[in-house]
Amino acid sequence: MSEILDLTAAAAGAAVRSGELGASELFEFYRQRAQDDQLNAFTWVAEATPGEAAIDGPLSGVPLAVKDLFCTKGIVSQSGSRILEGFRPPYSATVVEQLENAGAPLFAKTNQDEFAMGSSNENSAFGPVFNPWDVTRVPGGSSGGSAAAVAAGSAPWALGTDTGGSIRQPASFCGIVGLKPTYGAVSRYGMIAFASSLDQAGVLTRDVTDAALLLSEMVGRDPRDSTSLEYPGSLVLPTGRDLSGIRLGVPEELTEGVEGIEPGVRAVFDDALRTAESMGATVETCRLPHAPHALSAYYLIAPAEASANLSRYDGVRFGLRVEGDGDLKEMYERTRSAGFGPEVKRRIMLGTYALSSGYYDAYYGRAQRVRTKIAEDFNTAFESFDFIVTPTSPSVAFKLGARTADPLAMYLSDYFTVPMSLAGIPAISIPAGLSEGLPVGLQIAGPAFSEQRILEAAYALEGAFAFDASGARRSGSK
Amino acid sequence: MIDRDAVLHVAALARLELNSEEVERMAAELSAVLGHIEKISELDLEGVEPTSRVVELENVLRPDIPQPSLPVEVALAQAPAVSGGGFSVPGSGA
Amino acid sequence: MTTSYEPVIGLEIHVQLSTKTKMFCACELSFGEQPNSRTCPVCLGMPGTLPVVNARAIDFGLLIGLALGSEIAPRSIFHRKNYFYPDLPKGYQISQFDIPLCLGGRLGEVAIHRVHLEEDAAKLTHQGTSGRINDADSSVVDFNRGGTPLVEIVTEPDIYSAAQAREWLTLLRTTLRQLGVSDVNMEEGSLRCDANISIRPVGETTLGTKTELKNMNSFRFIERGIDAEIARQVALVEAGQTVAQETLHFDPASGTLTSLRSKEDSHDYRYFPEPDLVPIVVTQAMLAQAHAALPELPAQRAQRFELDFALTAEIARMLAFRTELGDYFEAAVGSRDCDDPAAIASWVTGELVARLGDGDPGDSKVTPQALSKLVGLVSTKQLTSGAGKSVLDRLVADGGDPAAVMESEGLAAMDSGDELAEAVADAIAANPDAVAKLRDGKEQAIGALIGHVMRETKGRADGGEVTRLVREQLGL
Ligand SMILES: [Zn+2]
Repeated sequence: MSEILDLTAAAAGAAVRSGELGASELFEFYRQRAQDDQLNAFTWVAEATPGEAAIDGPLSGVPLAVKDLFCTKGIVSQSGSRILEGFRPPYSATVVEQLENAGAPLFAKTNQDEFAMGSSNENSAFGPVFNPWDVTRVPGGSSGGSAAAVAAGSAPWALGTDTGGSIRQPASFCGIVGLKPTYGAVSRYGMIAFASSLDQAGVLTRDVTDAALLLSEMVGRDPRDSTSLEYPGSLVLPTGRDLSGIRLGVPEELTEGVEGIEPGVRAVFDDALRTAESMGATVETCRLPHAPHALSAYYLIAPAEASANLSRYDGVRFGLRVEGDGDLKEMYERTRSAGFGPEVKRRIMLGTYALSSGYYDAYYGRAQRVRTKIAEDFNTAFESFDFIVTPTSPSVAFKLGARTADPLAMYLSDYFTVPMSLAGIPAISIPAGLSEGLPVGLQIAGPAFSEQRILEAAYALEGAFAFDASGARRSGSK
Repeated sequence: MIDRDAVLHVAALARLELNSEEVERMAAELSAVLGHIEKISELDLEGVEPTSRVVELENVLRPDIPQPSLPVEVALAQAPAVSGGGFSVPGSGA
Repeated sequence: MTTSYEPVIGLEIHVQLSTKTKMFCACELSFGEQPNSRTCPVCLGMPGTLPVVNARAIDFGLLIGLALGSEIAPRSIFHRKNYFYPDLPKGYQISQFDIPLCLGGRLGEVAIHRVHLEEDAAKLTHQGTSGRINDADSSVVDFNRGGTPLVEIVTEPDIYSAAQAREWLTLLRTTLRQLGVSDVNMEEGSLRCDANISIRPVGETTLGTKTELKNMNSFRFIERGIDAEIARQVALVEAGQTVAQETLHFDPASGTLTSLRSKEDSHDYRYFPEPDLVPIVVTQAMLAQAHAALPELPAQRAQRFELDFALTAEIARMLAFRTELGDYFEAAVGSRDCDDPAAIASWVTGELVARLGDGDPGDSKVTPQALSKLVGLVSTKQLTSGAGKSVLDRLVADGGDPAAVMESEGLAAMDSGDELAEAVADAIAANPDAVAKLRDGKEQAIGALIGHVMRETKGRADGGEVTRLVREQLGL
């Protein structure tokens, strides 16, 4: 079956359409790979293969893995948390329905940081996920299970969500493509919320073409999500071969003198810029004056929204309940203390504090103003540049446990990805090379709804980088 | 910067029960994070409008047309405790 | 010398809107269905679900704002109000905070502070022995009501007695009913009222410490509850004690007030803008539509009655604040059987209401035309007012035409011809004592003579004419 393993999702779909490969055979292949997974990447795997009729559509029956936090009708959906133990929603996320209707049947759900809070996938009630490039290292997070599954060849493609970098950073750590679309481009209905004004569903795929194909079936307005928009134009498979006339901006504030950016990451990034220049792009320094404050604003806004979003986990209507001595407040406190992990509690505390009486203006209110400035910075930069490029993360995948004791160090791995999340703009991470034998991602960000242009540039660069991820694909499944 | 009392107050608001070791650790960790975040207080943000959402949408409204509700047994199916056709909860005082 | 105190009252009214569906989901509103049969993932607060605003709730909000003369916010947003309670599935209520849909306004004598939209809580039924949540062993939640669209109307502290509060609420209820935005039924909870009450020495302008009186569920209880709280505060202050800021519950059965434990220990609701919803920007088209849908409101109608029909302010309000009376009155005037609208108004608000109570005269056997004819007969002295009341009794019981009733009952007023002169002569002959007194200058003795004539003529005689004839025949 090694031929199937080496097919991208688009190629597998083409094989199904041409009749060379049966859709059921393809589904069964990945179902088996997921069953045999050694990376703890999955929280649920289908027990049976659906009939051929169920997998008709533009996505040609290529099976889909989705992050646990996407609600899936009748299938346990816990967002990596104990507090949603056994929760089987009576509905599916809009995006899951869209993709199933487009012919990508759900075959597995993937592990994640609890409520998408984390950058290493070590905050999961299901335990940590291992990086297929080096199982002593983290896959990144919070969509760590999706990234590891795609990198290990246990899933042809997968859905993730990105709030401050949760698709791009694990894609970078696992040597695959991860795309976070424009906020509002994809429905959030049925996506278990972390931070509502930042959360966005996106794709984790082996290559840029797969990303374009999957995303093209996800975008559009959903009447169930008031913040979703009609996607302007349509998305097609990219064909770009060069970067002539493309102006790339490298933000001074994010790359010059940043502490903690690993030399190996810096070297791959510089090489990538030279490659881009050789393909006709111009590379210049640009200014994003408020970007260094993005992490601070993010760590106020996201926890504040999360503190409210997570209030519904109260042991009344679904999920875990831990009784006290018959007292309501005690039941609340015991349930929530037993059900939430330490990182989730930390962020609920931080967010509650930031919103509490007397602190709102100094923290939450100020963070929202910083957010305005960050968005303005990007708007100004995009007057002179087509894209902003940065390394996706300051480091390669770190060792399991290396940062669990220091929340601040963990938060810093989102340094390059958070500004785009605050501005709501699309960004992709593509593998650009290796440092110490581990993948390094290049982040390309563009203005709102510039996904097609980002995909074209990423496709051209992908061809030039010729990154080889086949080694990782053979390591993750027995 | 965040002391024990502040942690306990916030934990009560958030309905989290923390043991004394967790309270100490939370005080230290939140202080460290807020210490870092404090930098935004140096920015001049006079006259800057806050951003609550990044989509430029308004008046997203739904017509007042009923859709089917869930069957009662489905609505109650996920509940930890059910009594008399409703969600059962403990009283608020012992 | 004792100080006298004046109460200062502000009201917060919650009105359930009579839309078809809930505020943020498409579940139908519930009217006593099986518990939890009108719920969906959204109004159960299930993970990943999102609210979408009901367009009609916004239209109704605008209608109310215009009716109260509020300033409509060009752009208003929703906030999350955070607190934990089993009747609040998300752990926050979606409400409006610093930018409500409508600001300011006035209804009658009372200024409006603000009007905003929010969602109702679910229904919590306590299963403990005492029925009070603080003592209950367990409770059961029914989410059918959860998410019903609510409008909260907050008045300025502009009310100075319990009776005024009650009267103003009646006006508000009629106004909302006229707008067609709510069932406004207090017993069923579609209109709920909390009162903020303080007292101050008469002449003082600063406000005293206020208490909040919650959950008054009928017009009668509101008046009694407020009066009880005013009395409690006055007693406290006169005893040299101070009024504590607290929330109270009035128990109409015992007439007592009890302090309620607060929902959130510190009342720190941590409001912040709801990121799942986008702003409401009221367009010219939305405003034009609301203006077009705006009916004549009770206060305007009262003013029109005063001006067009020369009614007293009091009678005009009695008719206008009860929509059905106003409608009946206008139908009676419109039948053109009587050209004295003031007399019709007085018969409707006086004799007719006395016979029908709270009933709708439109549903009675007395048609507006019949009433109009009846008043016409009295105005033209074809029927005395006493006989008119007898005719009205018959109309209320059996319906019919007043002239026909008058004829068949022989109630027509007598003219001042021979028949009446004869009746007066009979009365004089039958009452020599009264005649003697009258001749002695004891004017009130004429009553006995008039009474005799009225008895004999079944009230058909005109009192003034009888008096004139008595004096004429006695040569006085
Ligand atoms: Zn509903």
